Amino acid sequence: MKQIINFFIKYKNTILFLSLFLLAIYFTIQNHFYHKSRILNSTNFITGKVYDLRSNINDYFYLKSQNERLIEENKNLREALLIFDYNKKDTIISGIDFKAKPFVFQTAKVIANRYARLDNYILINKGKNDSIHIDNGVITSKGIVGIVDQVSENYARIQSILNSRSAINVKLRSSHHFGTLTWNGKDPNIVQVIEIPKLAQVKKGDTIITEGRSLIFPEGLPVGVVEDFAIDGASSFYKIDVRLFNDMTNIGYLYVIKSENQEELKSLELEENE
Amino acid sequence: MSNDFIKHSLRFILLVAIQVLVLNNINFSGDINPYLYVLFILLLPFDLQGMQVILYSFLIGMTIDIFEDTGGINAAASVFIAYIRPLVLKFSFGVSYEFQTIKFYQTAISNRLTYILILIFIHHFVLFSLEYFNFTFFLDILKKTILSTIFTVFVILIVNSIFISRRK
Repeated sequence: MKQIINFFIKYKNTILFLSLFLLAIYFTIQNHFYHKSRILNSTNFITGKVYDLRSNINDYFYLKSQNERLIEENKNLREALLIFDYNKKDTIISGIDFKAKPFVFQTAKVIANRYARLDNYILINKGKNDSIHIDNGVITSKGIVGIVDQVSENYARIQSILNSRSAINVKLRSSHHFGTLTWNGKDPNIVQVIEIPKLAQVKKGDTIITEGRSLIFPEGLPVGVVEDFAIDGASSFYKIDVRLFNDMTNIGYLYVIKSENQEELKSLELEENE
Repeated sequence: MSNDFIKHSLRFILLVAIQVLVLNNINFSGDINPYLYVLFILLLPFDLQGMQVILYSFLIGMTIDIFEDTGGINAAASVFIAYIRPLVLKFSFGVSYEFQTIKFYQTAISNRLTYILILIFIHHFVLFSLEYFNFTFFLDILKKTILSTIFTVFVILIVNSIFISRRK
């Protein structure tokens, strides 16, 4: 017994080191593979407040670029509205009930944006209290940003598309061949689309849009343009570099997309699987 | 003792604040940031018990991790260098460390630089290895480690020179 106690006293530093080191490794692995079941993340009260404070100051420096973006978006929306009004007069659309909105938008502000790591997350200032849920899609006026993966009362964390675990269904606008959007961790302006079959016609400058099958994003949201492509080794799929429409290093305000039917469809899918 | 405790607590808060509010947003040439918070571990009193060094290092690393959503990579790297700190101290300061009478700012600059360089390099290497979590990225890890080490040591030397000139 005395020997055991002596052993512990002699190696107390090593034991403490090993246990804390393994604990840290455990948190790391949990963060890598089971990212939806974590307790320790930046949506907690303290970190949220700290980032909130900082962003309240930083906002003033980005007023100009934010205004320009809003004007640009207003212009696009006005144009779309004109075309819509014009078409509505004499087409079948007039018969559709526009009160049934499958998607609802919620504005939010980025309070901490990261893009320099391999696994990037964005913190926003809206949470459960604003009925934001895990798996809500997030976009800006220019394109997609990511998917909500953690929520607390007042804050939510977004798994950015600049994350090695990100996998979002996208397709070519011209041909409807679909693939998966991933990121190799190198350039925050360039993401990769894999699994588009060799049969598809891909050109530089083709637009990539969301596919809409996942219920997270509506169909047809812009993602980016094809910058470069190659056939991926011996496989029969393309590996495409896509230049994002969004500047992921400067987001500011964004929209969280809440799908009204998501819960319903999810439960249906579950039933189907059972 | 309690005076020391307050001093180190303040340093803890200050370094964490600077790290998460300023330095993590530099992203020099895309993804290179200085990790100044490691200075807290380097500056812990040399005669502090090993267990306390490890515990405080875990605390500061975990705090950074929670702010940055990085799991436990900063905590792991921090406890790692806290554990090997006595060895590095002996290696860089030689016998004078054994007597445990020296203060950080009274040591020769060359010894101090060795001490800082070794610990920062190891810290960054563990940090980026865990961040990528895959040794097929070995060259990326090495590149990021070397560039970040240069940046961190540079920032630490600036902070150092400010403090020393104030003391004189």
